[in-house]
Amino acid sequence: MKRRNLFGLAAALTVATALSGPLAAQETLKIGAVGPKTGPLAGGGAVTFWPNVQLWANDVNEAGGIDVGGTKMMVEIIEYDDQTNPGETIKAVQRLATQDEADFILAPYGTGLNIASAPIFERYGYPMVTHTAISDQIADLSGKFPNMYFLLGGATGLAGGVVDVLTQMRDAGEIGNSVAMVNVADAFGIELAEAARPQFEAAGFEIVYDSSYPLGTQDLSPVINGARDSNPDAFVAWSYPPDTFGLTEQAQIAGLAPKAFYTAVATAFPSYGARFGAAAEGVLGAGGVFADGDAFKDYAARHEAVTGAKPDFWASAPAYASFQILQQAIEGAGTTDKAAVAEFIAKNDFDTIIGPITWDENNSNAKYWTVGQWQGGVFKGVASTGRDGAVAAMPKTGWE
Amino acid sequence: MSMTKSDWQSITLSAVLLAVAACLPLTGDAYMLSIGITIAMYAVLATSWALFSGPTHYISLATAAFFGLGTYTTAIGIENGLNYWVTLPIAAILGAVLAALVGLATLRLSGVYFVIFTLGLAELVRQVVTWGQNVSGQKGLYVLTDITEVHIYWQLLVLAAIVYLTGWAIGRSRLGFALRIIGDDEEVARHSGINTSRAKILLFMVSGATAAVVGSMLAPRYIYIEPALAFTPMLSFLVVIMALLGGTGRLWGPLVGVIPFTLLWEAISASFPNQTTLLLGLSFLVIVYLLPRGFVGLIESGKRKMREREAFA
Repeated sequence: MKRRNLFGLAAALTVATALSGPLAAQETLKIGAVGPKTGPLAGGGAVTFWPNVQLWANDVNEAGGIDVGGTKMMVEIIEYDDQTNPGETIKAVQRLATQDEADFILAPYGTGLNIASAPIFERYGYPMVTHTAISDQIADLSGKFPNMYFLLGGATGLAGGVVDVLTQMRDAGEIGNSVAMVNVADAFGIELAEAARPQFEAAGFEIVYDSSYPLGTQDLSPVINGARDSNPDAFVAWSYPPDTFGLTEQAQIAGLAPKAFYTAVATAFPSYGARFGAAAEGVLGAGGVFADGDAFKDYAARHEAVTGAKPDFWASAPAYASFQILQQAIEGAGTTDKAAVAEFIAKNDFDTIIGPITWDENNSNAKYWTVGQWQGGVFKGVASTGRDGAVAAMPKTGWE
Repeated sequence: MSMTKSDWQSITLSAVLLAVAACLPLTGDAYMLSIGITIAMYAVLATSWALFSGPTHYISLATAAFFGLGTYTTAIGIENGLNYWVTLPIAAILGAVLAALVGLATLRLSGVYFVIFTLGLAELVRQVVTWGQNVSGQKGLYVLTDITEVHIYWQLLVLAAIVYLTGWAIGRSRLGFALRIIGDDEEVARHSGINTSRAKILLFMVSGATAAVVGSMLAPRYIYIEPALAFTPMLSFLVVIMALLGGTGRLWGPLVGVIPFTLLWEAISASFPNQTTLLLGLSFLVIVYLLPRGFVGLIESGKRKMREREAFA
């Protein structure tokens, strides 16, 4: 008797599972996420990409899901590590498209990995709103991959922002005319230095020191000593995360304390402010956000509550915004049909945590933050190509 | 060279297997195709690696250097208006030249010195490319072509056929014989009048040229080429692991390692995306402790046991 009961229960359970299976599947949107968890870009991915994937999924599901033509659909994230290897990114996106049959796929992390996987997004018709792809070939890329969008801007704008900020400081009589410029000898550092040189000269600055150092250099004292000996009014380093920290440290040791001190990637990381504390005050860096805006403050609080870490003051918010755009497009199109969602993205403007987004003729967001500055423990945007909320840059007063 | 009956058998069998492999895209399954490309790529790299390292026992970690060189050759070539097909032989020549230079400088080294040098080589070439970019102010390169994954797959298969034919021909030639003697005892080889440096350099050139061509073929797939991606040291390690896992004693040995490893890697990447590095470490341990001669060793000792049992029966 007891055994029969047990069988009955098992049978009922089987039937119930069989019934609920397909129903549950229909109410869930499968969203693919591919990014580096190992390899050279794993550090950046852990600050900027993965926490935002987690936060966005959490936000969406807490609100009851995405509204698809009247049906609320929860999102389920399928994560893959691409090992910072384009071959693996391609395979993972391919796997998401054909094996997991993901409804949508979030754009990967990093310029090279985004571009490598663009043909796969294109082949399966997935819209691709990139958040961390910086390229000067956006026109070519968007021509070849019409579903590819760009949020973070380009090197020319980032370099131009620095020149503008320094020009304003000079015109205000805060700094003089001489600039010491160094760059990390790797893709992005080279591109920025190349873009900055003519712009500095056109703005009437004199580059009194111009040098580069290899990627992964541990001892940055020759670079900093060379810059200090040129006695510049402004120091500009087109640097990567490890050397951004190294240069700042070395500048304090060597007593390089110009009125304008700029380091590029990772200056906007919360860990930069945490490490240098009061000494970070007045340091300029790549990126920036409208840090005093309610949208960012609210986002930062949720980011910390859900993921346990603070967002960075540059690409974090655009990464989240790119997911928001996808979400709004699905709701706007009222369907999970990829072509309809892609069309909705192309034809509409979006309101995100970084403000309104409109696309230019190359599917690119033309208004992005270029320079920020640590002011009172927060990295505030001081220059952009048309965003609201910039504060005035202030001269740096030593390292104390 | 006279062909025996068993030679014809193996050539026919290989041709049939290749023809079957070439039909993979006809299934229309793009996911299978992307795995197929990975297998074909590593099969060519591991086999050409084993052509040199198998008989000589010189462990080369320079695959990434040649691969990256090929990638850059195609990227720079296409940017300067060259036809894609022209860049492949150029890459092969550059790969062979680099291998010859390296060989002249280092093949007198042996053991761990050679391993470390080849690992450093990939880094050296990468730094030179980066320096070139820094001086010229040019960053990542874009390879925008109309070449699809199917084309890349078929190209790799053709290259695989060429590598197997080359390996087979070398195995039967005086060069192959010389290399086997070098592998057993280099001193003896030299005393027998074999020009050991020449033999090793020739083989290293074949291996380097092949890896360079593979890099060329993969460039249109990556589209965006930058030094960190093209010269990744991980590639060199994976090639060595797969080749050793299969076994370098036979021409088909590396393939027997590449296929299960790639499929396992794929399964791990799909199910436990955070554990791929662990798999790599475990494979190392398995090779060292359980499979010192790879799957080839396992298969052949299995065969021998079968034969012995038959003899007793």
